[in-house]
Amino acid sequence: MVKAADKLVKVDAAGLTFKELNARLREVVDSGATRLELHNVCGQRYIGTDLDGDIRIDIYGTPGNDLGAFMNGPRIQVHGNAQDGLGNTMDSGQIVVHGRGGDILGMSARGGKVFVRDDVGYRCCIHMKEYGDKKPTVVIGGTAQDFLAEYMAGGVLVLLGLTLKEGEAHQANFIGTGMHGGVIYIRGKVADYQLGREVGVAELDEEDEGQLRGAVAEFAACFGFDPERILSHGFTKLYPRWLRPYGRLYAY
Amino acid sequence: MATIATMKTFLEPRFRVERDPERCIACQVCVNQCTFDVHRYDEERDEVLSVEQDCVGCHRCAAFCPANALTISRRPPPYGENANWSPGFMEDVIKQAETGGMLLTGMGNDRGYRVYWDHLVLNASQVTNPSIDPLREPMELTTFIGSKPDRVEFSGGNGNGAAKPLPPQVTLQLPVMFTALSYGAVSLHVQESLARAATEMGTLWNTGEGGLHPSLYRYGKNTIVQVASGRFGVHPAYLDAAAIVEIKIGQGAKPGIGGHLPGEKVSEDVSRTRMIPTGTDALSPAPQHDIYSIEDLAQLVHALKEATNYTKPVSVKIAAVHNSAAIASGMVRSGADMIVLDGLRGATGAAPKTIRDNVGIPIELALASVDTRLRQEGIRNLASLVICGGIRSSADVVKAVALGADAIYIGTAALVALGCHVCQQCHTGKCPWGICTSDPHLTKRINPDIGAQRLANLLRGWSLEIKEMLGGMGINALESLRGNRLHLRGVGLNGTELDILGVKHAGS
Repeated sequence: MVKAADKLVKVDAAGLTFKELNARLREVVDSGATRLELHNVCGQRYIGTDLDGDIRIDIYGTPGNDLGAFMNGPRIQVHGNAQDGLGNTMDSGQIVVHGRGGDILGMSARGGKVFVRDDVGYRCCIHMKEYGDKKPTVVIGGTAQDFLAEYMAGGVLVLLGLTLKEGEAHQANFIGTGMHGGVIYIRGKVADYQLGREVGVAELDEEDEGQLRGAVAEFAACFGFDPERILSHGFTKLYPRWLRPYGRLYAY
Repeated sequence: MATIATMKTFLEPRFRVERDPERCIACQVCVNQCTFDVHRYDEERDEVLSVEQDCVGCHRCAAFCPANALTISRRPPPYGENANWSPGFMEDVIKQAETGGMLLTGMGNDRGYRVYWDHLVLNASQVTNPSIDPLREPMELTTFIGSKPDRVEFSGGNGNGAAKPLPPQVTLQLPVMFTALSYGAVSLHVQESLARAATEMGTLWNTGEGGLHPSLYRYGKNTIVQVASGRFGVHPAYLDAAAIVEIKIGQGAKPGIGGHLPGEKVSEDVSRTRMIPTGTDALSPAPQHDIYSIEDLAQLVHALKEATNYTKPVSVKIAAVHNSAAIASGMVRSGADMIVLDGLRGATGAAPKTIRDNVGIPIELALASVDTRLRQEGIRNLASLVICGGIRSSADVVKAVALGADAIYIGTAALVALGCHVCQQCHTGKCPWGICTSDPHLTKRINPDIGAQRLANLLRGWSLEIKEMLGGMGINALESLRGNRLHLRGVGLNGTELDILGVKHAGS
């Protein structure tokens, strides 16, 4: 007998507003379902925001902005592209996008994991932070645009550039401006002018290698890629040069 | 930023410390109380000596001296009289020449911009309509915070309830709340005092953007939690705990800029509550990077409503600036259930002095223009209007309500009730009164039992005074005064000012 908890519940999102859809999802989860399939999703916002716990959600179509914002626990797979604000201030859980992500992905995320197969937009991972065992991991398979990881305060960001053509470089400028925590691993190189003043560049040490290997393995498993092939390329580590980048601005 | 070790400071002491040798018993209370090391005990001479240079004029020593031996006074300006180059400007230039930094300061604007409350007077009933005796008649100060529908439909038949549920409302027993004072800026004992007083008096306190300490979750029903650009300590339990969730866009003391809580204030406990590692600066960026427009604001407002399942009002707070009226219209249309305006005189734990003293507009003008604009657009009912930044007394509260406010946040007044002497040293972390500090030695200076009592007393006193003023006007419910500007008259204001405030001049 299938327990209610294991039951797969399919929800047709066609024609529903975000409020209606999310109310329906709350209802379904409250009734004990832990596996949801959403079909015909078309721009509905805040999916997963108020669904706490160990829930798996498969989204077919295009979820709207703030997918998984403030989310606490669920694991979401997007079979398509995501829009802006994915994982905004996310607390825990996982979002896998079999396609592209939009702008401000992972803003202020404080935990959980985000894996995006292709490219993402501008202002991603701004002010991502960590505390104790809460440490967000974001792996972007493609490339990102400007202001990536501005004010970054914690967590791990991996930028793989798998969508770049041979010899093509990441275009993002102002990477890590104001960075004061966390670490960024970039496959390949970025020029100094692309980095914020608060960012240091280094080779990966052993701890970095382990951390990167783990993140890439998880990413590759989501999309059926070969992790060794991804890792065979050189990586650059970006780190915060100071814990207190603006400590000397002021007169007391 | 080049500080040469041998550079002699040209700054002269701002305060004079006079110790009456006849009275001083060398008990060293002043030595222990001063956090700026002004007083020093000389064992050989068995005397307490003072170095005036570092005195900030907080009066902690004078207040605690058991022999009343200390007098702290402002030294007369050491410079020649000059209306342009007042001592403040002189001192600032000297300090910057010696440090090369941005001048930091604490508390609110001290520049003396016109305080409109002091140019507004209230009405009272005489002969033609009776005043009401609040000692005899019930006086209603209850205030409901939340969006009110355009119309209420009642179900027919025997039912007497509204046909549709109202948007979430929060009940205040008086229209005064404690404004955002974050843990890290103020101590946990201060927050506990605020939370307990708010609970006792049936009003709300506000966490600011520093998260909610685990020990304060029990006061959740009387708590407003903030979501600001740093998103510190924002997680599902935090949002669920609150009565209201407030999005902080701006603050009256520092409109348009972010905040940097210095690493040395990020102690173990502050770190736990803000959820950032100890010792790192807590940086709040200037904008929220997911809000670049009213549409983006609407997105966050609704994200928070979704995150809390539409069970609580969502507030949006801005600093009062030139275009507040238009912005406020957008805020209401974004779905905010409460909007907050923080005026030019609003205080802070730390802000660049030049921003604090020069950016923003007086709260009275912002309030009047926002209330007018929302009424003109027919959307005033959709959000409660709350103001802060320079409310010093119950009379200011009553005038604010008459100008159109639903409720008032107090910050400085609450801190003064706790002992603050407005010495403007909050940014140093060395608050001698134990308020604006995370130094465990200093935070003990506030006892939450006494703090809560002092704050509750203040609100009780104001409550009585508000009822007295209302009764005098012949009004028995605060609701009847809201936006009732006929009860106000201006004194010594020009035509433009009267026009913006929407009040007549006294005598007309």
